[in-house]
Amino acid sequence: MCGIVGLFLKDPALEPRLGALMAGMLGTMTDRGPDSAGFAVYGAPAEGAKITLRGPDAAGLEAAVAALQVALGLTLASQARDTHTVLVAPEGREGEIRAWLAAHPGIDVVGSGQRMEIYKEVGLPAEVARRFSLSAMAGTHGIGHTRMATESAVTTNGAHPFSTGPDQCLVHNGSLSNHNALRRTLRREGLTFATDNDSEVAAGYLTWRMREGASLKGALEASLSDLDGFFTFVVGTQDGFAVLRDPIACKPAIMAETDAWVAFGSEYRALVGLPGIEGARVFEPEPATVYAWERG
Amino acid sequence: MPLVNLRETTLRDLNRSLHALPPDTNETHWTVRHPDGRHAVAAGLDRAIAVEIEGHVGYYCAGMNALAQVVVHGNAGVGVAENMMSGRVHVRGDASQAAGATAHGGLLVIDGNAAARCGISMKGVDIVVKGSVGHMSAFMAQSGTLTVLGDAGEALGDSLYEARLYVRGAVTSLGADCIEKAMRDEHRAELAEKLAAAGLAGEVDPAEFRRYGSARRLYHFTVDNAGAY
Repeated sequence: MCGIVGLFLKDPALEPRLGALMAGMLGTMTDRGPDSAGFAVYGAPAEGAKITLRGPDAAGLEAAVAALQVALGLTLASQARDTHTVLVAPEGREGEIRAWLAAHPGIDVVGSGQRMEIYKEVGLPAEVARRFSLSAMAGTHGIGHTRMATESAVTTNGAHPFSTGPDQCLVHNGSLSNHNALRRTLRREGLTFATDNDSEVAAGYLTWRMREGASLKGALEASLSDLDGFFTFVVGTQDGFAVLRDPIACKPAIMAETDAWVAFGSEYRALVGLPGIEGARVFEPEPATVYAWERG
Repeated sequence: MPLVNLRETTLRDLNRSLHALPPDTNETHWTVRHPDGRHAVAAGLDRAIAVEIEGHVGYYCAGMNALAQVVVHGNAGVGVAENMMSGRVHVRGDASQAAGATAHGGLLVIDGNAAARCGISMKGVDIVVKGSVGHMSAFMAQSGTLTVLGDAGEALGDSLYEARLYVRGAVTSLGADCIEKAMRDEHRAELAEKLAAAGLAGEVDPAEFRRYGSARRLYHFTVDNAGAY
């Protein structure tokens, strides 16, 4: 099963409420995914790169962040939220920070980018949202996922969203059957993967296509030929937001649009709390059709 | 004229009240407010009552319906009127996948579009879609009629049995064993009757439709395959 949601704001007046609206959407999708939850929020741009880190617990992560700064002789802006911390790496220093982290196992890089922050944990979606204070977050757009584990274990590593490139992330409902072969191909292209998860390969595929010059829409269109399996994807980039369903529309999807926002939900129930939903254009996205929005 | 607000009354209480109605009930017209996409709203009805639902519903709305007249003033999620036995279900907006799946009887009218697999395995229901239907509609349809005023997606009528499909617009492709058939007077008369039942008498000309049905090539074992044993 699994539930996925996405919200892209057109009206800047709603930006302070992005997190609160997303928290409501995620909570409603608990029935579709009570095992773990995660979300990405595109907030204010940082002077440098935001790196979202995840540790085994808040204290362990705090100690690691302190040690990192001592080792590299840096003083970094950071925001700790439960098991996650968002560090701001100054221009040109992200590489050495990542190298230090790679040499110190136990702290995972969940994602990075100028605007994107990612949080994911095991537990009920409402509880995950509360632990990371999602309701207080502001931003322009965000995506989220509630997981009902069917094949692999209930771990934080299996939780979405997956990020494989700067300010890029993806949530996926479905399963891919050619992810092993595709992962090998993408590794040869220089991509790295943190898990054996099929959804991470989909994220990596889009990262690779965009790195090679494709637009978000173009990358998703190409995925229709190269990905085999069932999927509904919701994808975020620094300025964009897109939705794609596989050609047989195996997984549910509903969208709504007003002058103020575009929203995606696995079920309409997830969208009920959005402002002005009564007057929204509510529609089911067509199979094998890319729906993409970009900030002007 | 009971009025039920699903933000105050639980869905289970609503459905329980509807199921408890005696055959001679005087509470024959129900209004349901704020369905908010809930699943199984007004499912399992078996009394000749009218239920008006003011908003979008989730999955399986009016599933297994018998006798009742259910109107959804909004969109319907997956499987609206699935396994309907009789009565009438009217969706004023769009319907998601598998509308009218396995339904044995009654009339399902969808004012907007229906997504994939509309009328999958239908067994006698009449379905009228004023917009278009998605791919694999009427898959393995056994009997009844599917009337589409708009277009039909890929693989219409795949592996179908004796259901009759009437489509006014374009058909992207026909499924296995589904073929176009001649539209004779008896079919125009049948179609006119279904259109009238859907409230479209005089508005739509049956002559504009094409008929699709089973080539019946999948019904029997093909003797050419006997060598496989």
